[in-house]
Order: sequence, then C-alpha cells, then structure tokens
Amino acid sequence: MALLNLRNIETYYGPVMAIRGVSLEVAESSIVTILGANGAGKTTVLKTISGAMEPQKGKVTFDDQDITSRDPDRVARLGIGHVPEGREIFPFLTVEENLRMGAFARKDRGVAADIDLVYGYFPALAERRKLAGGFLSGGQQQMLAIGRALMARPKLMLLDEPSLGLSPRLVAEIAGIVKRLNEEQKVTMLLVEQNARMALDLGDYGYVMEVGRIVMEDTCERLAGATDIKEFYLGMKDQGVRGRRRWKQRKTWR
Amino acid sequence: MEVLQLLISGVSQGCVYGLIALGFVLIYKATEMVNFAQGDIMMLGAFVAFSLGNLAGLPFVVVFVLTLVIMGALGMALERGLLRPMIGEPPFAVLMLTIGLGFVIRAIAGAIWGNQPRALDSPFAGEIVELGGLIIGYENIAIVVGTALLCALLFLFFRFTRIGIAMQAASQNQLAAFYLGIPVKRVFSLVWGISAAIAAAAGILVAPVSLIDPLMGLVGIKAFAAAIVGGFGSLPGAIVGGLIIGIAEQFVGLYLPAGLSEVSAFVILLAMLFLRPEGIFATLQQKKV
Repeated sequence: MALLNLRNIETYYGPVMAIRGVSLEVAESSIVTILGANGAGKTTVLKTISGAMEPQKGKVTFDDQDITSRDPDRVARLGIGHVPEGREIFPFLTVEENLRMGAFARKDRGVAADIDLVYGYFPALAERRKLAGGFLSGGQQQMLAIGRALMARPKLMLLDEPSLGLSPRLVAEIAGIVKRLNEEQKVTMLLVEQNARMALDLGDYGYVMEVGRIVMEDTCERLAGATDIKEFYLGMKDQGVRGRRRWKQRKTWR
Repeated sequence: MEVLQLLISGVSQGCVYGLIALGFVLIYKATEMVNFAQGDIMMLGAFVAFSLGNLAGLPFVVVFVLTLVIMGALGMALERGLLRPMIGEPPFAVLMLTIGLGFVIRAIAGAIWGNQPRALDSPFAGEIVELGGLIIGYENIAIVVGTALLCALLFLFFRFTRIGIAMQAASQNQLAAFYLGIPVKRVFSLVWGISAAIAAAAGILVAPVSLIDPLMGLVGIKAFAAAIVGGFGSLPGAIVGGLIIGIAEQFVGLYLPAGLSEVSAFVILLAMLFLRPEGIFATLQQKKV
C-alpha cells in the first residue's frame, strides 16, 4: 500500500468544481510530482490532502488511515508537512521562532538538534536566525518554509511550487535540497510544479493535470520523453520535415 | 499641581480603557473579529468579584484570582459555543452577534444583581496617600500598578512561551499555523479567555472608582475608540490610546464647558481618523491578494 492514496477526489470552490475525480498514489520515500498549468487544480489537490479543503467525494488515505476531511492541524500531526504556495512564513516572528513553530506538535527533546539540522541544510538561515521572517529574501523565505515544515519530522512533504518567483540558480539549489532531504532524511515528497523541467528531473513518478483531471501519468523519465510533455511543458518543438507546424496542435489525451 | 492631579486621575482612568481595549485588540488580531461585548464582560467580571467578595466573603486576593479564572473560562466557553459556529459567516453577522451578546449579558446581570450601583469590597477603596500636596487614591495606584503588571505578564507570555508564540503565529498566518499542527481553534478559544480575564481584571480595578452596575460596561465604546486611536492591532497602542483618551477627558472636563468631557473620546477618535487613520502604532499588515 502506498504511503498516500487519493481515490476519486472531487473538490469544489463554491459551485465551481476544481477537482474532477482525481486518483493518485505516492509510494513511500519516493518523489512524486504533479505537473499542470495555472488553474489545473494542483494546489487544490494538496489542500484537499492536508485538510484545508473538504472534498465532496472520494477518499484520502495516509499511512493506512482515512484522513478525508480531517482538520489540517490533525493531519499535520500525523506526519504530513505542507509547504504552501507563496511560502506563507510568519513575517513578524524571527527565523528561529518560525522554525520552533514547525515543531509545535512535537513533544520530544530533539527539537534543538533539528534546528541545527535545518541550519545545516540552509546555512543562509543560520546567519539570520534572529531576523524577522518578513525581512528575508524570497529564496530565503522558501528555505525557511521548507525548513519549518521539516521541523515537524514529517513522513510526507507537500511542496507547492517551491520554485515560484526564484532565480534559476535558487531553483537549482532548492531542487538539490529537496533531493537531499528525500535521500538523507527519507522524506517522501509530493511536488507540485509549473517548472516542469525541475519537477521531471527530480521526480520518480509524475502526474499531469489539466482542468481538474489527471490526463497522463508515468515515470518522470518517460514523461520527459513524451512528445506532448516536451511540447507543452518543456517548450521543445519538433520541427516538421518541411519546417512547418501543423495548423492545429492536438494533445493525445484530447 | 492641578495639572499633575488631573494627570494622575487621567492615567488611572486611561489604564481601564486601555485594558478593555487590549481585549478588543487581542481578539481582533487573532480572529479578525471585533467583540463588542468586551465592556459588558468587564462588568460581568466586576459582578462576579462582587458575589465572591461581598456575598461569599472571600479575601480580596482569592476573589481577584478566582474571578479571572472564572471569566477566562467563560470567555473560552463563549468562543466555543457562540463564535466558532459563526466561522465562515460574513463579518457583520459576527458583529451583530457580539453586540447582541452585550445586551444579553447586561440583562442577565440586571436580573441577578439588580440595577442599582453596588460597591465592591476592596482593600484599595477610600484610602488616600498625600504626596507633596498631591492626593492620590489607593484605587488609582492599584489601577496603574495592576495594568503595568498585566501588561508585563502579557509581554512575557507572548514573547517567551510556546503557546504565546503560537498565538502570534496564528494571527499572522492562520493557514500556515494550521499546516504546522498548531490547533488554531483552541488558540482562538484561549485568546477569548485571556481577553475576558483582562476585562475582568479591569472591572475589579475600576470598581472602587466607579461602582458596579449593569451599564458600567458601556465604557467599552470609549475603549473601542482607544483601540482605534492606538492603531487597531497593536497591543501597546491599545494602552497608549486608552491613556490619551483618559487624560484628555480629565482636562476637557476641567477647562472646557460641561458635557464635552463625555464626547472628548469620540472627538479624538474622529480627529485621529482624519489625520492618521492607521492609528498611532500602525502595524504593517501585509494582505495577500
């Protein structure tokens, strides 16, 4: 049984159906990625998993427990760390206080050691531990958001567009950290990205979403080689024999 | 000398406004709701202290602590029973609810304790100290010292305790707090409890000065003005706003025609809204689109 399992999820924003029957699986200690354009419903899938939104239909199972429609704080306590889109750090708390809040649900004594662990992964944060979170740069805030979620020692991390608004160098740095966390700390990752190249390089398995549905799924290796993905997500065009493009491009799933 | 005398009574009255305003701001910061029953909760606290002290005859220290505990529990119960079901309702519905709650509390207090003013047995009542020609009532000293102690306690709580920092976190970013496993709903209850306890403390402290009756909670409106003057959303601002209004009332009462003292709080409020609508201690509230 996979660590996380979504069965036929349907989620609405008021009358608008944002998720139209999504099923997916995340195997333990893998990196799974969801690709898709704006408004495809990627973020909504993550919010449904962490309990910030309630699905109308369907079932979310984590670690063999049914967590459908549970309050987000209780889901977090089970070991799901959600790094939300746009970082969402606490702007008036210091870096260190932000990290301590990540460990809020923990009762053990390893918190101080884990703060040092996070500083090890993100030396930039260690230098600014007494600084208010709001004064950090975008990249540092992203690091803080990931570090904060890490402080809860999650089994599964939901990463919502960690590359958003970051320079290519920072994107590569964040990607490297995600990979290391997966390998060294055995954190399973569910990564939502618009930056398809980063996601496909990192991920083991990938899903492609479009208007609330999953339209394609495969190993990231094979996805990266698929013509549709190349053309629509990686921006590579196969030039035709005569250098002409077809008038109407059709995606294979349409 | 006269100025100093006025200043002293202004400061002590301002502290009471400030304490009630503190409750407004605490609840607003955490939950983005305004609790208009804050003044009435103060009145209820004073009556609870009256029952425990005058009727049951407990010593003052016990009365003080017990009242704060009882009112804190009541504040939490109010949040749990009345406000939490309102999550997701439009803000004006919550507003009407708290205004209505104020009426209910006033009516209940009138039914239980009657409508005539009562005097709370307090060790501070009536005693005075003369200091170089100044006459200072013990009750005024008690108000100022009590307010200072409560503020120091709150500061330490929010700065250094885990749950205090979690409260700040929940008020800065509710969803992120949820994602970290902070029980945001319980945090909200606790905020209501703390606000009610602070209001009750204000009620006990002011009782020797103003007597207790079911309408004493109407000073809540002036405290609300104080909270806005201080910059709704700033805890030090609430106290400073309270002090400004308290002191201004005393001076207007002496130097300007009768009756103006009562409206001075609102004149200051209006002036503030014209000149610096964000209040004295404006917090940079970042709102995401």
